[in-house]
Amino acid sequence: MKPVRRGDAAAMRGFVLVIASVLVGMVLLDRPVDAQRGNPQPQPPRAPRAAAPIDLTGYWVSIVTQDWRWRMVTPAKGDYQGLQLTPAARKVADAWDLARDEAAGEQCKSYGAPALMSVPGRIHITWQDDATLKVDTDAGMQTRLLRFAPAESRGDVKKPSDGPRTWQGVSQAQWLTPRPNVPLQLRPADRTADTPPLRPTGGSLRVVTTNLRAGYLRKNGVPYSENTVMTEHWDLYKRPNGEEWLTITTQIDDPQYLPNARLVAPIFKKEPDGSRWEPTPCSARW
Amino acid sequence: MRVKPSVLAVLVAVASSAAPVSAQVDLTGTWQRVAQNDNGFSREPVDLMGMPLSADGRAKALSYDIAALSATERQCQMYPPYYALVGPFPLQIVMVPDPITQKLLAWKILGWGDRDETIIWMDGRPHPSKYAPHSHGGFTTGAWEGDTLTAVTTHAKLGDIKRHRGFSSDRATLTYRFSRHGDLLTVVGILEDPVYLAEPFVLTEVFRLSTNMNNFPLTACEPIEELPHLHENPEIAPHYLPGKNPSINEVTQKYNIPLEAVLGGPETMYPEYRKKIKDKYVMPPPCKQGCGGGPPLQTQTPPSPPAGGRGAPPRK
Repeated sequence: MKPVRRGDAAAMRGFVLVIASVLVGMVLLDRPVDAQRGNPQPQPPRAPRAAAPIDLTGYWVSIVTQDWRWRMVTPAKGDYQGLQLTPAARKVADAWDLARDEAAGEQCKSYGAPALMSVPGRIHITWQDDATLKVDTDAGMQTRLLRFAPAESRGDVKKPSDGPRTWQGVSQAQWLTPRPNVPLQLRPADRTADTPPLRPTGGSLRVVTTNLRAGYLRKNGVPYSENTVMTEHWDLYKRPNGEEWLTITTQIDDPQYLPNARLVAPIFKKEPDGSRWEPTPCSARW
Repeated sequence: MRVKPSVLAVLVAVASSAAPVSAQVDLTGTWQRVAQNDNGFSREPVDLMGMPLSADGRAKALSYDIAALSATERQCQMYPPYYALVGPFPLQIVMVPDPITQKLLAWKILGWGDRDETIIWMDGRPHPSKYAPHSHGGFTTGAWEGDTLTAVTTHAKLGDIKRHRGFSSDRATLTYRFSRHGDLLTVVGILEDPVYLAEPFVLTEVFRLSTNMNNFPLTACEPIEELPHLHENPEIAPHYLPGKNPSINEVTQKYNIPLEAVLGGPETMYPEYRKKIKDKYVMPPPCKQGCGGGPPLQTQTPPSPPAGGRGAPPRK
């Protein structure tokens, strides 16, 4: 065997270092985002409030550029345009009786979670505690509680409550954060050599709501059943001009009354304060 | 061989900080429109409710006669990029790789029917000068923000932004947001136009990934004789003079919506507008005809293009 010369040893050391750094880099790319931000040691899970990738708190006003005729006023009985309904749903909706709902004290039937975010009005989002986002509405004066799995549960989803069904049901929330590792083909072909590497930013809020009390998707009696499951994705967009927009992609699954999932994505714009907050009780009529 | 820990730490730090810690998602595929909204739907020719039109935008909308599209010189006038949110067609998105690096050079939203293709350049190129020519598809650049693609379109031509009921000018800017959640794609469109809009016009649309392919692709447009009287007399330019639009009262007559709301404007899209019309609105009698609520459509793809003329392949 030939003796290793001093120059060969140096070259070998360099080669090993390069291989080692490549391997370490590959390992890092497969690690969670937090680890790539210079935090290689395992960390205890953070509370959902501290771990929030986006800040949803504040006052938001709904922007009614879609379905105006069915949202801003109470449409005529039997007006189901834009909806796909089962025969059972049409039967229930055809029997809608506004006076009967009022007499029964059920003015809030069109303010249940599957309809609430489409009701024109303002929402106020705050943290009730470290694991619960609270969404208040001025229209109908409703409160949604979006509960995250506690940090110590390591993301295990708790079973929905067996408690009484309510207009707002039980909502389980989860932050979705960008994936750290993507194929080469999805990385932009930057034209400038000094473009800084992309950093994962932002995220989304996923909410699944069950345990609902049956109510109305539209004010004119179009029903959803108590077995409805609503899945939402809350996305935030901060514009360079300072505007903030929130969209809530909403999928409503109700095998009893909807032949297909109902999908809508209501729009909200952030307001600087609560000066336009105007709580008004539920109304079956308006 | 021993490697000093400090050297290894530096190498690791360099490797990790330079790593492309990106967060993109794949948007490739055909996305069928699945949201239940009225983005591109209205039965009445004058329905501007919730559109933040300026006075000029309203005047433009009310002067429009859809017969104008039958004039020979306008038959191949395509819809602007905003039509991706309000048109009936799916989005077919393909990836355009850089031929050398294989990195993402652009996304392309293929043309469809009478909407031109949109190329979203991802390589950081600047938008052209404001004096550069405008096209039906406009000029679009994009960038990732986390898992969301943000794209900005300029240099589009004047076009229809709500199925023949409102228009954007050639000075409009459209900002898109593409957010993928599993097999759903939410697209947000923020349209700003100093000519025809008083505030941004924001719409959302939800699409579902589909295996149905494009069956109504963009093809060369060939004008045909649609309305003989327009061909016999080319001086006719279909339009309505101010105050002469015959359809202006249709929504009010059918649904009791006050005319001031029907004519749109920024205040009509805010919740407090309800108070303004509360005492003017009376619920109409029960709907008896064309009330919707039927079973789902068997297919969401449009019919095949006609054998000749607009939307058909050119003659050989």
